[in-house]
Amino acid sequence: MSEPFELELTVNGTPRTVRVAPLRRLLDVLREDLALTGTKEGCGEGECGACSVFVDGELVNSCLVAACQVEGCDVRTVEAPDLGNVQAAFLEEGGAQCGICTPGMVLAVQAFVDEWAARGREPDDVELRAALAGNLCRCTGYEKILASARTALRRARP
Amino acid sequence: MSAPRVTVPRSLDEALAALAGAAPETLLLAGGTDLMVEFESGRTAPRDVVSLWRLDELRGVRDEGGGLRMGALTTCADLLGSDLARARADVLVDAAAEVGAVQIQNRATVGGNLGTASPAADLNPVLLALGATVRLRSASGSRDLPVEEFLTGYRATARRPDELIESIAIPARPAGERRRFRKVGTRRAQSISKVVVALAATLADGRFTAVRAAAGSVAPTAVLLPSLAAELVGQPPDEARLDAAARRAARDDAAPIDDVRSTAAYRRLVLQRVLRTELGALAAGA
Ligand SMILES: Cc1cc2nc3c(=O)[nH]c(=O)nc-3n(C[C@H](O)[C@H](O)[C@H](O)COP(=O)(O)OP(=O)(O)OC[C@H]3O[C@@H](n4cnc5c(N)ncnc54)[C@H](O)[C@@H]3O)c2cc1C
Ligand code: FES
Ligand code: FES
Repeated sequence: MSEPFELELTVNGTPRTVRVAPLRRLLDVLREDLALTGTKEGCGEGECGACSVFVDGELVNSCLVAACQVEGCDVRTVEAPDLGNVQAAFLEEGGAQCGICTPGMVLAVQAFVDEWAARGREPDDVELRAALAGNLCRCTGYEKILASARTALRRARP
Repeated sequence: MSAPRVTVPRSLDEALAALAGAAPETLLLAGGTDLMVEFESGRTAPRDVVSLWRLDELRGVRDEGGGLRMGALTTCADLLGSDLARARADVLVDAAAEVGAVQIQNRATVGGNLGTASPAADLNPVLLALGATVRLRSASGSRDLPVEEFLTGYRATARRPDELIESIAIPARPAGERRRFRKVGTRRAQSISKVVVALAATLADGRFTAVRAAAGSVAPTAVLLPSLAAELVGQPPDEARLDAAARRAARDDAAPIDDVRSTAAYRRLVLQRVLRTELGALAAGA
């Protein structure tokens, strides 16, 4: 297929169908075809993480994923209804400045919380920084972002 | 540029059939962490693309003869999550942990790292040092190639247009083999390597009995460092000997270039120092 095809996928719990070219970036499918502009484009080459989304539960950069690879997949973006704990932590800790990196940061922190909530120990700083290493903040508000992640993790624990 | 023709096979057989009649410049798309950047920048404008990502037959890590066989689509994250990979190929898992960051590790595949044949592909020196083989598959059969024969030059491989990488095998660890991996980049995460070194060696009665070493980012593609074995096998690991081996390998086995990230002279010096440090650690049993 070089022609556009009918892409069926689930976005934030809702089944969607869009006609797109097979190599269209998932980022563009979300922002332009589905008008979900929460997902941001920073670098467009996999370095900055602003475009991070979950595909079938895995954190990926949507600028590096082709439409033909997400047929039937479950995609979650910053517009997903179940990110409230992490979003509240960012608000409280002042984890956002200009906000461009924030959607990607929120999803990376959610992945970090999912990974660590069930573990018996606290992640150390190296482990926390490694979990967010794929997300760059041009406003350099890293300390508050790290604080947001710690707060979100604390609240997610039983 | 006209839009590329994209095939999304649902099974390995379908993929092989698609490749059987494919144009020579047809591109295989795996996790896309390398290719999507190429497409977007226009550096690569393919006419035909075959997407492999949904072929679960090419996933998974399993035992083979006390070693390991990995499907080509095995991601860095899959390696990090595999106890078998950790037990059989610890240094490969260490290398996977330093590829990009989480988002990249979730998509970057072993087959894609080999497929790029990039000098800066971090897994390839490890595969070389561990004596890995690549299984190439086509509609007409399959063949196994040692990684050093698969990687033929700068972003060039021995793959025929009708073939894909099906899997990669790492042989069983020789008794007592010690291994080291080290990546030098500009920062801890998500940086393109300046130098990568992988070592596998055995010692008996205070002498090296086998040495296999490889490096990345110091030549057009990942390369073996035969001088290390030539200098060290049969010798005790004394300081002067290790110094000489590191110096000779950096001089004779590397062919680094000047580019925006480093100069050739810097890379050669770093290679020598990193080899020396890692040989010392290896000899000390670390
Ligand atoms: C931000 C960022 C950071 C990165 N950091 C690192 C790093 O630290 N270390 C590192 O080594 N790499 C790094 N990379 C590069 C890339 O992630 C790796 O090379 C990865 O292993 C490529 O795998 P892929 O599945 O995404 O390949 P793709 O992009 O899908 O393909 C890459 C090449 O391999 C070929 N190919 C893929 N699968 C097969 C197959 N089964 N058979 C034959 N050919 C095949 C393709 O045709 C293509 O030529 C980085 C990339 C980005 C964007
Ligand atoms: S826009 Fe995708 S990683 Fe920067
Ligand atoms: S808040 Fe501006 S880029 Fe992070």
